[in-house]
Amino acid sequence: MRPFSVNSLTDGKQLADIGTFESSRFLAGGTNLVDLMKHQIETPQHIIDLSRWDSANNIDETDDYYQIGAMVSNTDLANFAYQRKDLSVLSQALLSGATVQLRNRATTGGNLLQRTRCYYFYDTNQPCNKREPGSGCAALDGFNRIHAVLGTSEHCIASHPSDMAVAMTALDAQVKTINTKGDTRSIPVRELYQLPGDTPHIETVLAEDELIVAVKIPKKKRGTQTYRKVRDRSSYAFALVSVACDLTLKDGVIADISLAFGGVGTQPWHAASAEDFMRNKTASSSLYEQAVDLELNPARGAGGNDFKIPLIKRTAAFVIQQAVEHQMANPGHQGAIHAR
Amino acid sequence: MPASQYDQVTKIGDATDRIDGPLKVQGKARYAGEFEFDAPTLVGVYVGAARSGGTLTKVNTDKAESQPGVKAVLTYHNAPEQRPFAEPEDAMRFGQSRAVLQDTKIRYAGFPVALVVAETLEQARYAASLITHTVESDGPELLENADEAQVTPASLDGGFEPDATCGNIEQALNNTTRLDMTYHTPNQISAAMEPHTTIAYYDGDILHVHTSVQILASAVTCLANTLKLPEDKIRIKSLFVGGGFGSKLGLHNDAVLACLGAIHLKQPVKVALHRRQVFHSAPHRGFSIQKISLSADNAGHINGISHHSAMPMAQDYAFAEATGAVARITYKADAIESRHRVKVVDSPMIDSVRAPGDAIGSLAFESAIDELALHCKIDPVEFRLNNIAPAHPITGKPFSTHHLAECLKKGAEEFGWANRTKNDNGPVKTGYGVALAMRMNMIVPSAAKVTLDSDGQIAVFTDMTDIGTGTYTILSQVVSDFFNTPANAITINLGDSTSPASCGSGGSFGASSSATSVRNACEKLSRQLCEKMGLARGSHQVAVHDGKVIAGEGDTQQVCTLSDLFKDSGVSELEGHGEVEPGESHDEYEQYSCGAHFAEVTVDTITGEVRIKRQHGVFSAGQILNHKTATSQLQGGMVWGASYALLEDLQRDKHHGGFVNCDLAEYHFAVNRDIGDIKVTFIEEPDYKACKLGSKGIGELGITGAGAAIANAISDAVGIRVREFPITPDKVVNALTKQS
Repeated sequence: MRPFSVNSLTDGKQLADIGTFESSRFLAGGTNLVDLMKHQIETPQHIIDLSRWDSANNIDETDDYYQIGAMVSNTDLANFAYQRKDLSVLSQALLSGATVQLRNRATTGGNLLQRTRCYYFYDTNQPCNKREPGSGCAALDGFNRIHAVLGTSEHCIASHPSDMAVAMTALDAQVKTINTKGDTRSIPVRELYQLPGDTPHIETVLAEDELIVAVKIPKKKRGTQTYRKVRDRSSYAFALVSVACDLTLKDGVIADISLAFGGVGTQPWHAASAEDFMRNKTASSSLYEQAVDLELNPARGAGGNDFKIPLIKRTAAFVIQQAVEHQMANPGHQGAIHAR
Repeated sequence: MPASQYDQVTKIGDATDRIDGPLKVQGKARYAGEFEFDAPTLVGVYVGAARSGGTLTKVNTDKAESQPGVKAVLTYHNAPEQRPFAEPEDAMRFGQSRAVLQDTKIRYAGFPVALVVAETLEQARYAASLITHTVESDGPELLENADEAQVTPASLDGGFEPDATCGNIEQALNNTTRLDMTYHTPNQISAAMEPHTTIAYYDGDILHVHTSVQILASAVTCLANTLKLPEDKIRIKSLFVGGGFGSKLGLHNDAVLACLGAIHLKQPVKVALHRRQVFHSAPHRGFSIQKISLSADNAGHINGISHHSAMPMAQDYAFAEATGAVARITYKADAIESRHRVKVVDSPMIDSVRAPGDAIGSLAFESAIDELALHCKIDPVEFRLNNIAPAHPITGKPFSTHHLAECLKKGAEEFGWANRTKNDNGPVKTGYGVALAMRMNMIVPSAAKVTLDSDGQIAVFTDMTDIGTGTYTILSQVVSDFFNTPANAITINLGDSTSPASCGSGGSFGASSSATSVRNACEKLSRQLCEKMGLARGSHQVAVHDGKVIAGEGDTQQVCTLSDLFKDSGVSELEGHGEVEPGESHDEYEQYSCGAHFAEVTVDTITGEVRIKRQHGVFSAGQILNHKTATSQLQGGMVWGASYALLEDLQRDKHHGGFVNCDLAEYHFAVNRDIGDIKVTFIEEPDYKACKLGSKGIGELGITGAGAAIANAISDAVGIRVREFPITPDKVVNALTKQS
C-alpha cells in the first residue's frame, strides 16, 4: 500500500482545519475505498476518516422532509424506511443491496459515491479512462456484460452499482454539502452525477473539498412503490437491471409517477422522459411500453450488455403494470405491494 | 491435532461431529499462513504479467528495490536456478517443475514476472506496484470453436481412453427421433475460501514448508524437481486446508516463490495469493463444447449415443478431463461413440475443478437425455428407468454393486414426482427436473502408521490431508471402531510429509484409500499385540481400552494390562504399518457410486430469474463412514451443482487473455439464499469389492447430475432449453423471446 496520512473528522465544520485537499479522499463505508487502495486503483496521499463523525449519524424528521445524516448506515436507514409507507421504495432498494454485513458498514453518503464494478477499472494492467484518464477503455471491446447502455460515451461505459442511489433518484432526494469555507449547498440527487463524456474520472459535481453532510427526502403522499432488482444470484449480486417506481393512479389515469433505473446507466438513471410521457395519461400496457421505449431510445449496447435493453423494458413495463393494477384494486394505496 | 472430544467408542458410520470442529470455530486450527519460525517472517508479493502468450521484453525494478523494508526483488535475472518448467516428463503434473522467474517466456496473463520480499505486506505491495514491465505478444492463442480442437489427448483424467466406441453409431443414430445438440459449459474455478498460501524457511540443510495442498508426497517431488534439491531435504506440512476442490492438488506460484525467497534470503518468507491472483495462479477448468447426438425407438429405448467433447489444454500441462465419461456408462444403447479433442492454448493451468469430467459432462448429457425423453413424450423418470445400463454399456463388464434404479425410484417417491403439481398464477412458473449421477470409484495407493503406547494412547500418522471433508474424523472412527477404544484416546496426525505417504485428497478416493490403509495398520498392530500376549496363531483381533488389551469373549477371553505388556516387551510403544493398493476386483468389476437428483425451481418469465425451491438427492456409495460428514459433503456438491447450472462463469478477455471477473463479488457461485430445501438420503449397502471397509467415493458424487436436474426443471417450467451454461436471466429472456 502506498504511504498516506490520515486525518479524522468528528464534525463537518472541521473541514476548514484540514490543510490540503489535493489527492485526498473521504473514507466512509460504502465507497469501496479500502478495496480500491489495496489494489492501487485509488492512490490518495491523504485520507479523511469520517468514522467518528457522530453528529452525521442521525435521522431527523419534520413535517416536510426526512433528513438522513451522511454517516447513517444502510442497515439503520433500511430499518427506518421499512416503517414508513412513503419510503418503501428506499427500504426495498437498500435490502436488495449487498449483504447484512456490508449494509452494517455502508453509509448513506458513501453509498451514493460507490465506484463502479467495471472489471477493467479493477485491473490496473488494463487501460481505463476512469482510473487513468487518457489511457483508453478496455471494456468497449472487452467483456462488457455488466456495463451501462445509457449515458455512455466512447470513453467509458461503466455502470453505477448502487441500489440505494436509484431509490434516492426516484424519491427526488437532495444532497446537502459543506466545504472548507463553511459554504453549504443542496444538490438534487438527480443532478449529483456527471455523465462520463470525455472525463469519466469525474463522476459527480462535488468539488474536491466538498463533503456530503446529509440527504433530504421530501415528505409527500406517495403511491404504490416497487424496487425490482434483476440479478444473477438472489443475494450479494449487483443489479443486471433494476427499476424503482412510485406510482399513483386516479380514475384510471397516471396522476403521478417517479421512475428510475439501475444497472443500465453510467449513473442512477432518472427516467424523466418516460415519466413525462405517462403522466396524466390513461394507464395501458401500450402506454408503458411506449414510455419505456422513449426512455431507451438513446440506449446503446456494447455487445455483452445488449440484453439489458430488452430486459429493462420488460421489467419496467411489468413493474408499472403491477403498480397500476394494485392502485386499481386499492385506491389511494401507499407503500409496497407485498407488505409483510 | 488433539484427540476427539468423544469419551466413548465411535463406530464406522456414526454421525459424529468433526473432531477438528472445536478448533476451527475457536480459530485455533492453524492454517498454512499462520505458522511462524523462530526468525521473523518476511512477506513476498509478486507482480503478474499484464497479458498472455508473449515475451517479457522489459522489467524495471529500480524504484522497488530502494523502498524501505524491501529485502530483495527477484526476477529472471537473479532468481535461484530451477529445473525448466514441466520437467521431468515422467514426474507427472503434480511432481514436475513449476519454475518461475527463469526466462522471458510469459505462459499466461498473471504469470509472475517479479517477486518483492519485504518486512511487511504493505511495504511489499507498495514496492511491487512500482515495478514496470512490458510483454510483447501477438495476442493469445485460444480455443474459439470446436473444430479447432484437433489434438487427441494421450489419456484423460481418471485413466479414461480419449475415444471409446461400440456398435455402428451412424446406423443407430439414423432414426426419426435423432436429436443433435451442442452444449457449452464455461471456464470455472474452484474459488476455495482459503487463498493459496505458503511460508518457507531454508535452514541451510532442510527446506521447511507450510503450505495449503491436497497431496503432500507429490508436492515434495515438485519442490525437489523445481529447486533441484533432494526430496529428503524438503519437509512440507499442511495440517489444515481451507478448501481445495482440485485447485490444491499440486503446488502453485505461492509455494515456488516463497521457497525462492527463502533460499535467496535464508529467512522465512511467506507468499499468500490475493484473491485476484488466485484466479490466474491456481488452475481452472477450461470451457467445453459438447456435441451430443441421441436417438431412440418408438418405445423409448435409446439407440445411439454420440458425445464429442472439445476443450482447451494449457501449454506444457497435460490435463484433459473425461467430459464424456457419463455418456459411456449411464445408459445402454445399440451404439455409443465418445470422443475427446483438445487444443493447446495460452492459458493459466487447466486442471481438476470439483468433479472433473462428470460435473460438466453430466450437466450437458443429462440435459440432452431429458430432451430426448421429452421428444419421445415419455416421463423423464420412466425414460431413464427404461434405459439404465445393467453392466458397462461398452465393455459389458459387471458392476461391483449398482443401485442406480433404486436411487431413481426412491428419489421419485420421496420427492413426490408422481404427484407434482403446478399452481402457477402470474408470471412465475414452477418446474420439476430429474437427472442421474454416475461417478467412478477408485483406490489409490496409500500408507499409514498406527502406534500404541503404555498409557493406551493410539496415534495415527499418515501424510493424508483433511480439506474440510472430515478425514480427521473418519480415521478416528476407523481406529475407535477397530480397537473398541474411546475416541478421546486416539490422535490423528495428518499433513506432514515425514509421515507415510498417502493418496492425498482428491478424485473421491481419499476416504476409502486412506481409511483402508489405517485399518490395515490397525490389523498389523493388533497381530503384534496377539503375539506379545502369546495368543494362538490366527488370532489377530484385540480390543484396547481401560489400560488393557482384550482378546476374545466369554470363557476364552484373555486380558493383559498394557503396563504388563509394555514391561515385558521392553519398548515404549508398538507400531503397525498399513498399506493399500488397487485390488484385482478393479479389473474384474466396474466400480461406480451413483445417485439420482430431483429439483423444483421457479422461473420468472418477465426477468428470466431462476430460483431453486428444492433439491433432493438419493445416493448409493457403499458403506457410509460418517453420516454427518457424508451428508454435508453431498449437500455441498449439490450446492456446487446449482452453481454450475445457474451462476458460475469465469470470463476471459480475448485481447489480453486474462480473466476479468476475478473476485467473489463478480465470479458468482451460490450463496445461502440461492439454495432452497436440500435433502440427501442414502441407499446403503457395503461394497466389499471396492475396499475392505465397503465404502465408495462421495466427494464428487453430489455435484454430478445436480445441475442438470435444475436445467431440466427450468425446461419443465417454461419449455425452453438453454444449452449454454450457466442459465442466467439474459439467456432465459432471450430463449423466451425466441419461443414466443
